[in-house]
Order: sequence, then C-alpha cells, then structure tokens
Amino acid sequence: MERTEQLDHGQAAYEDPLEVPAIACGAMAESKPYVALPQHQEPLGFPGELVENWQEKAILKLGDLVKNNRALRVYLDACVRCGACTDKCHYFMGTGDPKNMPVARQNLMRKVYRRYFTLAGKVTPWLVGAEDLTREVLDEWYSYFHQCSQCRRCSAYCPFGIDTAEISMAAREIMDSIGMGQKYSNEIIAKVHKVGNNLGLPPKALKNTLEGLEEEIEEETGVPVKLPLDKEGAELLLVTPSADFFASPHMEGLIGYAKVLHESGISWTFSSHASEAGNFGMFIGSYENMQTISKRVAKAARDLKVKRLMFGECGHAWRVAYNFLNTIAGPFDFLDPRYPVPQHICEFTYDLIQKGKLRLDKSKNDHIRLTFHDSCNVARASRMGDTPGGQFEIPRAILRASCNHYYDMDPATIREGTVCCGGGGGLLTDELMDLRVKGAAPRMKALKEVAGEHGVTHMAAICAICKAQFSKVLPKYGFDMESIVSVHQMVSNAIVLTGSTQEEEWNKKAGQAPQGQGAQV
Amino acid sequence: MAQYEAGGVVADHDEEGYLTDITQWTRELGGVIAKAENINMTPEHWEVVDFLREYYEEYQIAPAIRILVKEMKKKFGPEKGDQKALYELFPYGPAKQACKIAGLPKPTGCI
Repeated sequence: MERTEQLDHGQAAYEDPLEVPAIACGAMAESKPYVALPQHQEPLGFPGELVENWQEKAILKLGDLVKNNRALRVYLDACVRCGACTDKCHYFMGTGDPKNMPVARQNLMRKVYRRYFTLAGKVTPWLVGAEDLTREVLDEWYSYFHQCSQCRRCSAYCPFGIDTAEISMAAREIMDSIGMGQKYSNEIIAKVHKVGNNLGLPPKALKNTLEGLEEEIEEETGVPVKLPLDKEGAELLLVTPSADFFASPHMEGLIGYAKVLHESGISWTFSSHASEAGNFGMFIGSYENMQTISKRVAKAARDLKVKRLMFGECGHAWRVAYNFLNTIAGPFDFLDPRYPVPQHICEFTYDLIQKGKLRLDKSKNDHIRLTFHDSCNVARASRMGDTPGGQFEIPRAILRASCNHYYDMDPATIREGTVCCGGGGGLLTDELMDLRVKGAAPRMKALKEVAGEHGVTHMAAICAICKAQFSKVLPKYGFDMESIVSVHQMVSNAIVLTGSTQEEEWNKKAGQAPQGQGAQV
Repeated sequence: MAQYEAGGVVADHDEEGYLTDITQWTRELGGVIAKAENINMTPEHWEVVDFLREYYEEYQIAPAIRILVKEMKKKFGPEKGDQKALYELFPYGPAKQACKIAGLPKPTGCI
C-alpha cells in the first residue's frame, strides 16, 4: 500500500517499514561476493580452489552435516510451506527477489538434500521437488547464501522455528570444503589466526592507538584514563571488536568503555593476543575456525591471569561468547564465579548506573534526539542481565540515563522483531553494496518515521558491523553518516569523571539546582 | 589479472583495484590509481596519502580514522580536520580509497 500521501490531520505519512515489495524475479541473481583465493582458503584448512570432484565431495559433506547436526536435518525435513516466513527477510523486502524469501533460500539446500538423502527424492525427484547438485545450483547457492545475513528474523516467525541462518552457515561450510569460499570472511579469519584480529592490527600499532586515545581523553577531561594492553594480573580482560581500534563511531564507544572502567576503579586490560571479539568462524559455519578464534580469548585470559572476562559492543561476538564460549573454549573455572562468564560491557555499565556509581550529565547529549537499533545477534540469539528481555532493556536503560531525548522506532521493527542493518553475517563487503543498501531499507524507513515524528537525529547500536554498515548506507537514505553512534559514545559524552573538568561544572550546576535535582543518576 | 601502468612500471591489482605487490608503488602509479578512482589529486590528497604511507611504514597498518583526522587537523586547521572533510577528499571512504591510492593493502574487518 502506498502511504506517502498526506493524512487528513496534516501530518506527513511514512512508508511502512515492513511493506511487502512488488515481486522482481531474479533481480539479485547477479549479486555475489568475490571468491576466496588460495591464500585466503588454505590457512583455514580449506582447498585453495574448486576441487575437481566437487559435486561428490559436496554431497558427502552435506551427508556428514545432516548426520551430525540434528537441528539441520530437522530444519530441512520440517518445512510445511505455510508461508509465514516469506515476507520477513529484509533482503526480500529491499529487493523484491522471491529467491530472498527465507523458504526459497532454504529450498536451495532442501532440494539437494531430498535428492540424495530421502527415499522419495532418490526414486521420484520430480514429485518432491528434489534436484541434482549441478553447477547452476552451486552458483545459485553461492549467490543466495551470500544474501542471508544470518539475522534469524525469519526463524522468529516460523511456527517450527526453522533457522535459515543455520542452513546458510551449513551451505557456506559445504562450499568452503570444496574450495569455493568467500574472500571477505576467509581473508579476515586468516588474519585473526595470524595477527589476532580481523583488521590485521599488529600489537605495536594497537599500543600506539591506545596511547593516542589516553592523551585525547586526558586533554578532554583532565583525568589520566588508561587503556592498558597486556597488563598481567589485571582483574578484568576486555575483548572488543578490532573495528573499535580503527573506525568511527566504534572508537568513540571504546573511549566510553575506558571512561566507565576507569570510574568504576577496576583494574583491567586489553590483550594483543585476543585483540578481536568478532568471530567470523560462525558466519562460515566452521566449528573448527570458530573454536580456534575463541581459544585465543581463553588463552589470553589465562596468560594475563585475569579474574573476569568482558566483551565490548559486537553483536555476533556476543552470540558466540554468550552461547558457545564455555563449550568450545572452556572451562573457565579459573575466573571469579561471582560474575557472569563472559559479561557484556552494557551489563557492567548498567550495574554501575543501578548502584548510583556513575554520574551522567544528560544535558551533554541535548544536541541528540536518539533511537536504538537492536542488533540481530544480541536481540534474537542471546540475553543480557538476569531477566528475560535484558538484551533489550539494558542498552535502552543506559541510553535513557545518558540523554534526555530517546524514542523507540516502530515496535514491529525492534526488539525480537528487529530488522537487520543489512550488512551482517559476513556481507559487509564493498562488492555487495547494492545488496547492503537495499537490505537496509526496512530499518531506514523506520528511522525516517521517528525522524519525522519525533525529530530523531541519531541512532545508537551495539554492534561493530551495524555501525560500519549504517555509516555507509545512511547517506543513501538522506541521513548524515555520523548519525549512527555507539551506545558507549553516548555514555562517554555524558559521564562525569571524578576529578575531571566536567566535574567542576557538574558540581556548580548541582549547587544551583533546586533541591532534589542535580546530582542524580 | 588487471594492471596499472605508469612511468614504465606495470603493476598487477586485484579485483577491487588494490596493488597485489605493494612494494611496486610509485607516486606516478598512485596518480594512475587515483584516476581510475575518478579522483583528481590535489596537494591535500597527497598529504593524506603521504601520511598513510608514513604510518604504514612504521606500524604495518593504516592509521585509525581518528588518528588520521587528528593529523589532518594539525596540517590543515580545524575546519578541514574532520571526518567529513576526509570523505570530501575520498568519497569512498578515507580508509579504503586512500589506502588503495597509497598502494597499501585494504583494511579488512567490520569497518
């Protein structure tokens, strides 16, 4: 339905963020990421290029996966084609390509599974939609399994809970095993194995970057806030996405973590060995690579003899950390059992706010009218705090404590129904920009709505991918690239550090304020 | 494999236009890469490129955006020393596009 006309009461009408698009068959058939070269494949244990007997190997691998991964087999068997998922994918909403309907994406694998692993598919393939794994089918896999950001929105609406993310992970694993990997993800994973982070940031550069930030914070606040690296015996190890050491607004969030940790009085450190929270092993469905990356974190925690382990603002890192870390890199029995293993920086900050231990001058964010984008992996694949829905409430509580003007977007596009930023799951690469821009459409429409209705100027996120993706696509929708901010950037703007120049101003204000106001949190 | 050519130097580049062998870079080659990116190199562009190369020489990675912004603030004054000014110089992003012209590897990750 077109909703761009003026409504009767004179208010501008906005496009429905979840509008079902006109069907555009095959519109995205040409969208595909660059194929990994041998130097990206081999360090991960995959063949350098497409192997000769790829069809036979791929079918064997699929057989292995459905045998060992019961969930995958159930997902492939259980679909009853009810259609509940068809209009739930942001890539379908943004492109209109029916192959981006989740059921169609699943069927790319399901038809091959049926052909080789079900009786009906073996005997009468034409009756049950079973198909041979031909080169055309493989190419279609490569294209459309790289148009899934593994955000799991569709699975939240599936009556059977069929998880398309699991299917796309399995498909990528099969393609990797026959030498048809994706350059972006695999190049990054190879860098983590070699250097310790996605960026390829060597320890010397990391040290220089952190020292530069210490100077900046001291200039701004007058307080010598430290960002320690490899400090043995520190109480807490903070593992954060390496984008926090490089990009904006990521780094502004990093400054926020440092200020909060300083104010709390805890002794903490980064690690140059585990200088990455992200874990692209999950995106390519590779248990082995995911485990190798996670073990770096465990090793760093042991080597530095810390008692607590905490993760910074990174969506899929938090999914891996929250769900899998203990299983694949544990046990973490050497850590202090009084704290969650691992803990999220938002839980830490929220706890301090609850206890009245942080002073936040909301007026420092008065130039910002804010909304919050729930990142898919945090929203639908993890939790924060000790109550259901904590992953939604805790970041919002931090933001509300940091600014005076906060507004949520359309309820159908946030919390467990959140729409993906359009760049998750290993798709944050330049050659997929067209897909990324289109996939961001539902979120951008929801943002336009709150911008129009409440004058919202900025959107906060707690995921490095979301932040990078939005800073690229916001301008395509008429927003400023700097209107995406980190959650801890908002905290950083507002926090009143003990002994800071901001504290004098704060005290003065508190002195002038009528009783009951002022020095409240 | 596609190539750039300048002043007798022929250098391979990958599908995104980054040099395959970064040691082959010359200023002339930088100019040719910029042209392929539709960028008309001014002294300000070269300041950024030179700083990136200097930083890379020391740290084996491009500098963080914030470090680059700070450096440009020092060189050009506060009104030109912000992220937006850098995007005006290199519309496809100072990190990626300027690195390409400077002959440095593409920064990867969630950026």
